[in-house]
Formats: sequence, structure tokens, C-alpha cells
Amino acid sequence: MKRILVGIKRVVDYNVRIRVKPDGSGVLTEGVKMSVNPFDEIALEEALRIKERGAAEEVIVLTVGPADCQTQLRTCLAMGADRALHVQSDTALEPLVTARVLRALIEREQPFLVLLGKQAIDDDNGQTGQMLAALWDRPQATFASKLDIADGKARVTREIDAGLETLEVDLPAVVTVDLRLNEPRYVKLPDIMKAKKKPLETLTLESLGVVARAQLKTLHFEPPAQRHKGVRVKDAAELVAALKQKGLL
Amino acid sequence: MSHNILIVAEHDGSTLSLATAKCVACAATVPGAHITIAVCAADAAAVAAQAAALAGVERVLTVEHPLHAHPLAAAIAPQIAALAGPYSHVFGPSSTFGKDLMPRVAALLDTAQVSDIMAVESATRFRRPIYAGNAIITVEVLEGAKVVGTVRTASYQAAGTGGHAAIEAAAPGVEPPAHTRFVSVSTAGGDRPDLQTAAKVVSGGRALGSAESFQILYRLAAKLGAAVGASRAAVDAGYAPNELQVGQTGKIIAPELYIAIGISGAIQHLTGIKDARTIVAINKDPEAPIFEVADIALVGDLFEIVPQIEQLIG
Repeated sequence: MKRILVGIKRVVDYNVRIRVKPDGSGVLTEGVKMSVNPFDEIALEEALRIKERGAAEEVIVLTVGPADCQTQLRTCLAMGADRALHVQSDTALEPLVTARVLRALIEREQPFLVLLGKQAIDDDNGQTGQMLAALWDRPQATFASKLDIADGKARVTREIDAGLETLEVDLPAVVTVDLRLNEPRYVKLPDIMKAKKKPLETLTLESLGVVARAQLKTLHFEPPAQRHKGVRVKDAAELVAALKQKGLL
Repeated sequence: MSHNILIVAEHDGSTLSLATAKCVACAATVPGAHITIAVCAADAAAVAAQAAALAGVERVLTVEHPLHAHPLAAAIAPQIAALAGPYSHVFGPSSTFGKDLMPRVAALLDTAQVSDIMAVESATRFRRPIYAGNAIITVEVLEGAKVVGTVRTASYQAAGTGGHAAIEAAAPGVEPPAHTRFVSVSTAGGDRPDLQTAAKVVSGGRALGSAESFQILYRLAAKLGAAVGASRAAVDAGYAPNELQVGQTGKIIAPELYIAIGISGAIQHLTGIKDARTIVAINKDPEAPIFEVADIALVGDLFEIVPQIEQLIG
């Protein structure tokens, strides 16, 4: 079966204004809206489109995290994923551990393509896809804004600092996606009902032979330095004068 | 205690990127730093010479292979991992080059990565932004583990020149994989100053309304000798190419002067400019969040104001 594996992460919704706890022990997440990481949603959308074009037969969505993550997996099933895998972990895992989980499930599911978001908007690490590609010893194409699949190869356009780069990679491969790859579909109510009947399998790290090793310790959280509000000028002439005064013109 | 630090050079085959000099500046703040730069290239001579001239660099290692004519992470990562043995730290820039490459290096070394280092507190302790810069964390790398990190270049001034490092050809003994092939690269930029390193940036948002009206920004930028940037909304709408995007998922920049025109100032955009020395905002909405961070604010119609500025500066 031609499968695509999509990794997703449950994160604080991108519209939530993040506040650091006064004691510096973390950020306030109680009661805030949680969502599928927006980049991962784009990864799933791309997988669904590849399947709809007939180039894949099954889309599996996977996450690692606490029981609450199943809400986001159900959202993905409602979008159109065929089945979901939930690897339980009550502690936040480092990207290298998440990559090992993906690696173990690749062994089991044998996908020809793994799609992930290019970064999660909570920790902004941007590591998991590249780490997985290294552990799997397969190609990676990060920051994808266009993806074509044919003849056992993927042609990927990547958003890089210089502009757009195109790579050709042999499949299987890991592709991490950027914002402009597609616009994810909206979930319709009947699909949410249907998603409740789709298979969602729960697994443990132990069953996959993955150890939740921690190599990094977060010691402290703090809010960023604030910029001070400046002056208002009334027109272009005042603006130019102010810039000249600062020696910027 | 001394620390041997390996920095992966970013270059285009002939010129060493300024981001590498910023990595050197970051590495130099690690106590007891001895800095080596690794240059993977098809022909490394020119880039190696520039790396050797950076102040604070003691050694330059070159790895030459035809597959290194383009910066493919899958090809470069095993070379760097093979060279990394004697080093306590391996750094690369937090550019798309470094973001693509360094996690692959970290995984090959079976170690965690610290992304976007903005300050070095000790050889194992670093500060970095999370949540689009809405929180700053201090992380400690486990004692004895190799530190692999990307350097948030906007946090550092480039190291100067005047160094005379020794250049050596290294032989990591790794044959890079052929499963990843470069096809092409396209740049819309032309001769304008580079957004990442420009001292002045003129940036436009959705309020410009079209790719045609974006031309007024290019004209103003040309007069100021400035680079042009854009908000995500403007890039999504097709008014500007992707490489101009400034913000959490685009470029993080630190120019002397940033002029935000018709940009409302979403938090994801502000994270890309918080290190700018002076921020100017022009927007017709007096409530736009960009005004919260602007040093100089002008409320009004950009289509009237921008040509006026252009005239006033002559």
C-alpha cells in the first residue's frame, strides 16, 4: 500500500497571546485554545491532495504527546486522514526523541513519503524532520512550497533565503512544508461525525523501543525585552526631519 | 577550560556569507573558545581564504567534493559529523542553510540541538527565543554532551577581519549520498541590497494592495540605498516574492533603520524586527499594533506619504 505518514503537533493556537508565568517556570497554557500546528496542517493537506490525485492510497497521521492530543488527531481524521497513531507521552519530548518515534513507525508502516511542518510555532525548534531524515538515512527537502511526485522521485521547490531552490530527491524521503505550499481545507460537520469512527491507535514509547532521553534542560522562562513606544509625527516632512536628526538620512 | 568550536561555513561557492562571521562572533563568547571553520565546497580556496581572515578563527578545514557545489544538507551533514569528533561545539547560522543542515548534523552525532542561540551564558548554557519571540528561555545542555546549535544572526555583530588562520584540507572519508540532487535556484532580487544584512530596510504589507503598487517601495528603497522587505500577508497575496518575507517564519533582521509601510504588525512579523535600531511605521490605522513598537509613527495614507518622502529626500 502506498502510504504517506504525516506528523502533527498539538500547540497553543497561533492567535493566543503568550504570557510567561511570573515565577519564570513556563508560559501560561491553562485554558488557552490548542490547535494543530499550522505548518503540520499544511503537511496533512498536501498528503490528502496527493492521495486525491491517486498518487497515494493511505494517509496516516501521527502525534506524540498527552491524551489531549487525540482532539487534534480527530481534527486531522475529519480533514481526511485515514487513520491516526497516538504515541503517548506526558512529558514534552525533545525533537531527537520525536524523530526516533517517527523512525520506529516508518519501520512498521513503510511510507514512501513523510510530511511534517517545517517548525512548531511553540518551541520554534525546526529540527524533527531533518533529524528523522538523518536517522532514516534518506533525503530531506525542507521548507517546501511546491511538491511534485512522479516515478519514485519528488521534485520539491524550497523557500530559501536567496529565493526558490528546486531539488530532486529519491523516495522515500522526508519533506517539511512551508506556509505557501497550500491552503488547508475547512472541516465540515459530517466529516467530524465520520472521523469518530476512523481508527485511532494508541501506542507507548516502550512498545516502539524509544527512550525519552532528555539532553536539554530549560532553566528559566522570561518575557522578551520590550521596545518603548516612540514619537508620533504629523506628516512626511516631520518624519524626514526626525530621521535626519537621528543621522539615518 | 578551553572549548574547540567548529563552525560550518555558509557560502555561495565564491563568497563567505556574513552569517558565518556572525557565528564566529557568537562562538567567541564561549569561554576558552578555539574556533575552526569548515568549508564544504566544490572548490574551497576562495571561501577558505575569507574564512581564514576572520578575527578569532584559528583554523580552516576544507572538504572538497563536486556534490558540494550546492549546499545540500544530506551531502554536507555526514562530512561535518565526521569532522566533529574533537569539538565540544558545532555551530551554524540560523539561516535557511543552517536550519536545514544543523539538525541533520545533530542527529548523526546523536545529540540535541539548541536552535536560534541569541546569547551564550556559559559553555553549556544558552538563551533562545520561543513562541515567535514572546518568551526567552535559558537552556542547559547536559554536561559532557556535544553542543550543536544554530546562531540567531540578528543577535550578533559580524566578527571583523585581520586573522591569519591556517588552512588545511580535511579528509573525512565520507562519500556523500547521491539520493538528493540540486536542480535550480531562482532569485527575484536583482542588484538590490541583501535584506538579511542591509543597514536600511523598506518593508511593505497588505495595504499596498498589488504587486504594481509595491513598486513605490522599490523606488523609495533605491533612493535610500535600502533593501526591500515584506510582511507575510503581502507575500501570500503575491505582491512580493517569498525571499522578502520578514518575521517568525521568514527572515529575522536587525537593520539600523526599518520602515514599515502599510504593515499592521502581527506578532509574527514583529518578532522579525525587534532588533532593528529604529523602527518607522506608516499606517492609516492609528490602532495598528506596529505603532506599539515604532520609534517614529506616522498615521496616514501611504500612497500620499511615500511619494512625499521620496521628494523630500531628493
